[in-house]
Amino acid sequence: MDIASSAAHHANLKVTNRFELSQRLVALLTQGEAVIGGIGNTNFDLWAAGRRPENFYMLGSMGLACPIALGVALAQPKRRVIACEGDGSLLMQLGSLTTVATLAPKNLTIIVMDNGCYQITGAQKTTTAFSADIVGIALGAGIKEARWAADEAMFESLVRRALLEDGPQLIAARIDDKPAVATTERDPSLIRDRFMRGIGVKA
Amino acid sequence: MGAEPRSDLSTGLKPWHAIVSEALKRNEVRLVTYVPDRVLTPLIDSVHKDDFFTAFASTREEEALGIVTGAWMGGMRGAVLMQTSGFATLPNALASLAVPYQIPLLMFVSERGTLGEFNLGQALVCRTMRPVLDALGIENHTITRLDELDFIVDRSIKQAVATQAPCALILSPLLTGGKKFAH
Repeated sequence: MDIASSAAHHANLKVTNRFELSQRLVALLTQGEAVIGGIGNTNFDLWAAGRRPENFYMLGSMGLACPIALGVALAQPKRRVIACEGDGSLLMQLGSLTTVATLAPKNLTIIVMDNGCYQITGAQKTTTAFSADIVGIALGAGIKEARWAADEAMFESLVRRALLEDGPQLIAARIDDKPAVATTERDPSLIRDRFMRGIGVKA
Repeated sequence: MGAEPRSDLSTGLKPWHAIVSEALKRNEVRLVTYVPDRVLTPLIDSVHKDDFFTAFASTREEEALGIVTGAWMGGMRGAVLMQTSGFATLPNALASLAVPYQIPLLMFVSERGTLGEFNLGQALVCRTMRPVLDALGIENHTITRLDELDFIVDRSIKQAVATQAPCALILSPLLTGGKKFAH
């Protein structure tokens, strides 16, 4: 897909739901894949979808899910690593897409849940509600394997593909403006320690 | 032209950038990511030339902090190289990620905006650095002498890892020679 056709495609996508997609994602993770959940609703729904020890939950540092996932991917090249990010967060750190494309870690996938708004602060519109197209931006950054998921089934098939084929890959899905169904336990050192044990760094 | 590294011929000490890269190696710090600075160029060049290191530029210092955080959690030690103005972009990420999550983030900051620089903006930014570090309780040292450099870097890395805490090492123009000015 090229940048122009991605933008044209955008209007025809089914509007899915973050918790629904998070549950489908977690159900596909059977090989100890590490998942970095971005700030706010993205990691809240990831938390609600199942408390995997290989999940890391950010409680601040908006925009850093992709850089953190890149760091994990560089440190553990044999493990698949997924960054789960919202559109507002990704827009804050767009340069990181170019770093991911440049280093091109084969084991890294970025999933973007795009609701076109800062839901958690009052649903103010982000620029993806207007002309900005996340997949087009990723393609422009140099991430060749970047695709929109047209519906839930396609989201699942893109995740399956990302877990088997070389990355870096980016999967974006349009989601509704519903809040997350739960909130993550806010204990940073516990989250970090659990994650390090979950991915075998601490015994 | 870049600043010439100061070295002490009388004591036979290596240039500052060689001492830093050797201390990083000795302590298994393999990942080095940076937003460039003219003064840091010889250190950046030396980590790029050495296969031991995974060295690359980040687009922002915050991004570099996130990458080193992920690498640490994945079992790989890392350091961020930056200049003072870059450090000034970091307080949120330090306060919400590196400090509360107990990450031994190593920061090497080339001190700009002091000791004869000409840019008022850099001079003002420089004055925000130590108050921010102190407000967050982050261990920091300003290194001015070549003969103290290895001791400070080596010990600081070991302490950061042992105490699971970030650390900032400020490289003074007294150590690096600072920015060279056109006549």
